[in-house]
Amino acid sequence: MIPAAFEYYRPTDLSGVIAILQEHGDDARVMAGGHSLIPMMKLRMAEVPHLIDMQDVAGLTGITIGDTITIGAMTTQAEIIDHAGLAEAAPIMREAALQIADPQVRYMGTVGGNVANGDPGNDMPGLMQCLDAEFTLVGPDGERSVKARDFYEAAYMTDREDEEVLTAVSFAKPAGGYAYEKQKRKIGDYATAAAAVQLVKDGGTCASASIAMTNLSDTPIYSDAAGAALTGTSVDADAVKAAVAAMLGDIDPVEDNRGPVAFKRHVAGVILARAIERAWSRA
Amino acid sequence: MKDEVTSREDRIDALGGMGCKRKRVEDARFTQGKGNYVDDIKLDGMLAGDFVRSPYAHARVVSIDTSAALEVPGVLAVLTAADLEPLGLHWMPTLAGDKQMVLADGKVLFQGQEVAFVVAEDRFAAADGVEAVVVEYEELPVITDPFKSLESDVVLREDIAGEGDGVPDGAHGPRKHHNHIFTWEVGDKETTEQVIENAEVVAEEMLYYHRTHPCPLETCGCVASMDKVNGKLTLYGTFQAPHAIRTVVSLISGIEEHNIRVVSPDIGGGFGNKVGAYPGYVCSVVASIVTGKPVKWIEDRMENLMTTAFARDYWMKGKIAATKEGKITGLWCHTVADHGGFDACADPTKFPAGFMNVCTGSYDIPVAYLGVDGVYTNKAPGGVSYRCSFRVTEAVYFIERMIELLAIELNMDAAELRRINFIKKEQFPYKAALGWEYDSGDYHTAWDKALKAVDYEGLRAEQAQRVEDFKAGKTRSLMGIGLTFFTEIVGAGPVKNCDILGLGMFDSCEIRIHPTGSAIARLGTISQGQGHATTFAQILATEIGLPADSITIEEGDTDTAPYGLGTYGSRSTPVAGAATALAGRKIRAKAQMIAAYLLEVHDDDVEFDVDRFVVKGAPEKFKTMKEIAFAAYNQAIPGIEPGLEAVSYYDPPNMTYPFGAYVCVMDIDVDTGVTDIRRFYALDDCGTRINPMIIEGQVHGGLTEALAVALGQEIAYDEMGNVKTGTLMDFFLPTAWEVPNYETDHTVTPSPHHPIGAKGVGESPHVGGVPCFSNAVQDAFRAFGLRHTQMPHDHWRIWKTANELGLHD
Repeated sequence: MIPAAFEYYRPTDLSGVIAILQEHGDDARVMAGGHSLIPMMKLRMAEVPHLIDMQDVAGLTGITIGDTITIGAMTTQAEIIDHAGLAEAAPIMREAALQIADPQVRYMGTVGGNVANGDPGNDMPGLMQCLDAEFTLVGPDGERSVKARDFYEAAYMTDREDEEVLTAVSFAKPAGGYAYEKQKRKIGDYATAAAAVQLVKDGGTCASASIAMTNLSDTPIYSDAAGAALTGTSVDADAVKAAVAAMLGDIDPVEDNRGPVAFKRHVAGVILARAIERAWSRA
Repeated sequence: MKDEVTSREDRIDALGGMGCKRKRVEDARFTQGKGNYVDDIKLDGMLAGDFVRSPYAHARVVSIDTSAALEVPGVLAVLTAADLEPLGLHWMPTLAGDKQMVLADGKVLFQGQEVAFVVAEDRFAAADGVEAVVVEYEELPVITDPFKSLESDVVLREDIAGEGDGVPDGAHGPRKHHNHIFTWEVGDKETTEQVIENAEVVAEEMLYYHRTHPCPLETCGCVASMDKVNGKLTLYGTFQAPHAIRTVVSLISGIEEHNIRVVSPDIGGGFGNKVGAYPGYVCSVVASIVTGKPVKWIEDRMENLMTTAFARDYWMKGKIAATKEGKITGLWCHTVADHGGFDACADPTKFPAGFMNVCTGSYDIPVAYLGVDGVYTNKAPGGVSYRCSFRVTEAVYFIERMIELLAIELNMDAAELRRINFIKKEQFPYKAALGWEYDSGDYHTAWDKALKAVDYEGLRAEQAQRVEDFKAGKTRSLMGIGLTFFTEIVGAGPVKNCDILGLGMFDSCEIRIHPTGSAIARLGTISQGQGHATTFAQILATEIGLPADSITIEEGDTDTAPYGLGTYGSRSTPVAGAATALAGRKIRAKAQMIAAYLLEVHDDDVEFDVDRFVVKGAPEKFKTMKEIAFAAYNQAIPGIEPGLEAVSYYDPPNMTYPFGAYVCVMDIDVDTGVTDIRRFYALDDCGTRINPMIIEGQVHGGLTEALAVALGQEIAYDEMGNVKTGTLMDFFLPTAWEVPNYETDHTVTPSPHHPIGAKGVGESPHVGGVPCFSNAVQDAFRAFGLRHTQMPHDHWRIWKTANELGLHD
């Protein structure tokens, strides 16, 4: 558990970061909270000759609340949990962040690191897809936006170029009921299955529904079909069943120490049904 | 010094002796980060060692190329078996009478096995050196199943396979097959099998107690420092038995024992993990001798989980016979024990399966048989007693599951079945069918108290209602009531039948009283968090009448502490605690003579009273122990040597047998397999209670490790012999979040043969806790036809049970 030798950089502005990335290409990696990258380096599964610590880079923290909510990439999970305005405007953020690891990890772990690393076990990517968030990426050629739903390609593979830095996430202030439901073996574990649900109730009918699942494929899974199965219904037992069936068509879990595929698919269905039920009760 | 105004009660309180909730004196340094653990030791010029380990579970080592590693800046040496062979140190003896490779000698037998030892100027260079060593392997067929191992043509241990037909005997007698280690049998096989054959009711099951690991907070490690000028080797390390390590190091290295100093500093938990001797110790010593510099080796978490001392891995086939009324008539058990690539179990020599023969439990069973076959496989060696006396968790899990299975067979309440089979109070001392003599017990009283405390009948009524509701579709949650009544066997042990490598399992205490009435006591044990500095001082305070706060307890340095066999198997209080009390009584005997002289009366005319000797019938005439201590050093007393010291070596006449009654109430989500422990009640009877607060802490800790083992903690292997649970992501260590509130309770049945009646408690909650949590899970599904399902009961396995019972349809 001793990493190979590496150069450590601690730039103070984004242009400094990008300059190092341009110089070293994929030999350089940026580090936010470090909770994914450092263990990989210690196991020597990630070779990072040039490590860029983002802690001192100005302008990457903070939460802005309006019709659009913007969260700087270096904002920690703890800051998300403690932010009263965010808890009011997008309570699903707090509900999800409270289910990430433990307080020590949440003091260091950041939103940007969580979404940019591309780890299918992370909770924020699925949540961002549920909220239809956009990620801001800054590179040598300037700034661009990518939808969370288009960002993830495979485990640890994303749309981000080697020389780009993810600087913020933003999403429209969500409406309606919400739930982030997660089953895990213990505190600190990745999800056996997790579901992010945001839905809007109009009278007795579901006007819109957005559903994304965590750790049930090599990327987060936004299930358009599952949301569609609820839309226009009264979210009765049949509708929930249809949404679960649709979701099960989209996920592709693999066996690991959490259990075999049949178990994971069953639990994914149970978790999603519970998330829908809770979100609907809050809508 | 005259303190007549102080009441006797105040004087007792001022001592802080036995029975009071004295705060732990260790905690000031532990809670402020001021502990001194092995990795805190830094010596001038100290080097670092690190291992190249095998990625394969079974392979020939074709070649080892160290040239690139020696080019890494800071790397000084790379040791292989070829370097150790001239010293005769490429293999080492194990505690079980087998031998183990220190570094791979031609082949490897488990994933993570030590292949080469890189010595470098610092930890980082050592790790880079490890990366640069090139080892060529030729893979061999892997065996991870002990049953298949006994039928396989593949020879795991070529070194002891012999030639031609048949295999040479092992340390414990004849071997049946080249992958077989020993057969151990106790009891009356023929009669037991007849009883079972003719019984009215028999329950039968194969119980697998899965492989797990003690996983202490601090991993294993050492610092070896050879002083070539004076020829003295100092070895600091995470040793649960420092004196035994000194003797073993002397025997295998040839260094005379007086030239070896072994020091166990603060130890961050042991739970059996730090009893054995590991290749890292041998390599560090050799590297220090070779380089003339101190060498530190500290394993990381993955190395700890994968290589140093697993626990359990017992396949226990059981049969229990009874009358239709539920009176048990016989118990039969055959165990296949998976010991991994080398037999490195830490058991007393005559007991290759430890005290597994306490498996008749708390019940009056007229006849029983136990057979155990040890087997080699391609897994890590070990087989330590993880927070239990030798293999007692296995024994108690076995009997407490068999009782539940019998209750199912009889269609009887499991609490009542236990009650009608308990050994009765008047039967103690009780000779059990498999040989042990239980010292004392009052099981019926403890059981009744426990069942009343939890309103057992109310719980059963609630459970029945829950089953009805479930069947009616009103809930998806089931309720389990886990019961356990355990009897432990601790305090190893009587030298007549307990030794390790020929070292008798006595223990010791040496006391020096200082002239001003304070004291230091040194023991042959070593605390790993148990709070010895607190509790042993309490024993002494009561025995010698000086305040516990004035008594320093010191352990772990073989140059100063008297010889002892260390701390494991809940033996510290039963053995060293007894030595402490008896050494204290020697002090008191001399103090009595001094007091009599000072009071100008005959020795028999004074008597001990809390903190003083008083003239019988004249309580106003007395000498305090503090006054006596001063006189012992500073006043010429005819016929009495100056000074006030004593030493006691205690060889216990018998083991002690703590017991307890546990109840767990659990809700289970049938759809996800998630468990919720609603209530856990633990009644412990550990005899005389020295410090109730420390007992409570021990119970909490032991129960938490029991919860871990029952509900998810395992060392799992795939078919290639890869460890699947080598990090704390997959190896379950509960946090505060997963741990329920524990209710503790007690009865007190002192040990009749122990000087203060204490029995030991550190491991009881683990021994009793594992079957209690497991029984709760299994009990939840009893109404739906479940007989038995194997641990660990993690979410997916519980879900699988529910699924197989058709509860998801």
